[in-house]
Amino acid sequence: MPSEPLVAEHALEFPGGYTRTTGPVIGRFLTELREGRIVGVRTAEGRVLVPPLEYDPDTGEPVTGEFVEVGPAGTVTGWAWVASPRKDHPLDRPFAWALIKLDGADTALVHAVAADSVKAMRPGMRVRPRFRGERVGHITDIACFVPEVTTMRAPIRTEYRVQPGRSLSRFLEGIRDGVFLGGRCTRCDKVYVPFRTSCPSCGSAISEEVEVPDTGTVTTFAINNLPDPRAPEVPFVSAYILLDGTDVPMIALVGGVPAHEVRQGMRVKAVWVSPEERTLSMANVRWFAPTGEPDAELGGPHA
Amino acid sequence: MAHRCAVIGVGQTRYQTKRADVSIAGLVREAALRALEDAELTFKDIDAVVIGKAPDLFEGVMMPEAYLADALGAAGKPMTRVHTAGSVGGSTALVGASLIQGGVHERVLVVAFEKQSESNATWALSTHLPFNASLVVGAGGYFAPHIREYMRRSAAPDHIGILVAVKDRQNALKNPYAHLRIPGIDRRMVEATPMLWEPIRYLETCPSSDGACAIVLAAEHKVTGTPAWVHGAAMRSEPMSRADRDTVSPQAGKDCAADVYRQAGVTDPRREIDVAEVYVPFSWYEPMWLENLGFAAEGEGWKLTEAGSTALDGDIPWNASGGVLSSNPIGASGLIRFAEAALQVRGMAGEHQVDGARRALGHAYGGGAQFFAMWIVGASKP
Repeated sequence: MPSEPLVAEHALEFPGGYTRTTGPVIGRFLTELREGRIVGVRTAEGRVLVPPLEYDPDTGEPVTGEFVEVGPAGTVTGWAWVASPRKDHPLDRPFAWALIKLDGADTALVHAVAADSVKAMRPGMRVRPRFRGERVGHITDIACFVPEVTTMRAPIRTEYRVQPGRSLSRFLEGIRDGVFLGGRCTRCDKVYVPFRTSCPSCGSAISEEVEVPDTGTVTTFAINNLPDPRAPEVPFVSAYILLDGTDVPMIALVGGVPAHEVRQGMRVKAVWVSPEERTLSMANVRWFAPTGEPDAELGGPHA
Repeated sequence: MAHRCAVIGVGQTRYQTKRADVSIAGLVREAALRALEDAELTFKDIDAVVIGKAPDLFEGVMMPEAYLADALGAAGKPMTRVHTAGSVGGSTALVGASLIQGGVHERVLVVAFEKQSESNATWALSTHLPFNASLVVGAGGYFAPHIREYMRRSAAPDHIGILVAVKDRQNALKNPYAHLRIPGIDRRMVEATPMLWEPIRYLETCPSSDGACAIVLAAEHKVTGTPAWVHGAAMRSEPMSRADRDTVSPQAGKDCAADVYRQAGVTDPRREIDVAEVYVPFSWYEPMWLENLGFAAEGEGWKLTEAGSTALDGDIPWNASGGVLSSNPIGASGLIRFAEAALQVRGMAGEHQVDGARRALGHAYGGGAQFFAMWIVGASKP
């Protein structure tokens, strides 16, 4: 029988950390960082290296003694997304290690960018450093970089007290009692449902109220595949239904039949909720369901 | 007799899902400056500004015209806002033109925009007031039944909508401002996309775009460069719901077309108009409008589409720019149609130029297909 392999945890750490001598170039960089500024150093060729290096990597020559304040804003040129940060990472949530070219610099600095998600990262993204309050002269004096502000939330909410008005109130009273009320324009001889008090065609006042049946014909419809909280499920059918004896179709749900079996010309009847559940609301009509009668003939200019 | 009016400058932004780099003000200014540059003018030369956009709920900015006056150089000048739902871009051009035609101003800047990425148009169009149990979800939910009715009446084959969806996106590949640019777009690709509001497939609908369009209009004695002359301008509306209303081919659309043709002296649009930019946000609206606008007899529009007559190389190209199906900053979409019509007769439409276009129709519709705006522009003075 093989035995469990022998394992032990071991940490190798110089007590208190190494005391790293910075030299004048890196020292200046860290000194400025402690003051909340970022500087680069100019090379003999005139390039600005950020973070500063003591020797120009292109030529091997010492850099000049000229320090240039850069940034603090910069542009992201590339990044690696860290989906699962480790214990010693600068952020405890997903972030990007990014190459950031600070304004005025010729080289990019590596630092953490706190972005909401990898989707928020893009080349050319503008970022700014977030300095720590307590600074010691270390690269971690910059806690991280954060995106510049490009959008703001504009919460806008207007609250209304809505009154249905005389004609819709009257219609809903009918719906509460299980009947559809229409209005007849005596001038046009057309019946409008829901009930209304003026004719949209000729403008006359409508005073004649008519009770219309809760049966009708589907003139046309859409099969909706986008979910809607008011529909039981997708696909749902929203249909134009011409109630018998009326002259304008109403839009309503068609139910009790698979969506793809709904047809233009199909005869339907309202399915009401039980009388005790009824309120002054169109919700009293659950939907329209097929009656099983033969389809109606449909008119139309080229039919 | 109205004073003559011409388009002397056109400016557009690139249409895309989200213009994250500019504010609304920055967006409209970009289009306005390009139109002024085209006209070789500056804001100083403009007498009045007319601006259009769709409902304020789209961006949640109440009366944006007040906020945008500075960006459009309108301080100290008349500034008018136009709103006629989806047709607004067209109506905005016509209000601008009327200021010239009426002799009120000499040079008018017309701008229309939408920044759809600031909210969601389907939400804004489906706010569902209490008591009204409307089940219409967005514009697609509203128009799908009317498309189905067209298909029934005309007995058009099912693939007609797909042909339009492909044709307009092929045209968009030739338009550097177009939003949807789908290399290799073909019938299979469109057919494979899901039905959103059957019979409308995903790729048979327009995109949601950010963008702005601007034009500079001038009175005859201020015309410079290459003008597109306004030969006719008309608007009509009708109630959304009334007995016997034909929602497939609305009377207001027929009346508007008859009016604009009469003004321009057009008796046979199919033969006398060289190119048309028509508001087609759902593919099937091409055959529907071909009939409503008198390019084909009732029930016959789909045959023109099927025969390729409306393609860029057909005898009556429709939406050479890619149309609303390829770019849809809603408030601007109508003005883009009007501006593209002008670019065609100025010979400045670039890769999607229709050779020898002398007379063009710009068209827009909105609401429940109840607002219509149209103009006819021509290369020669009316």
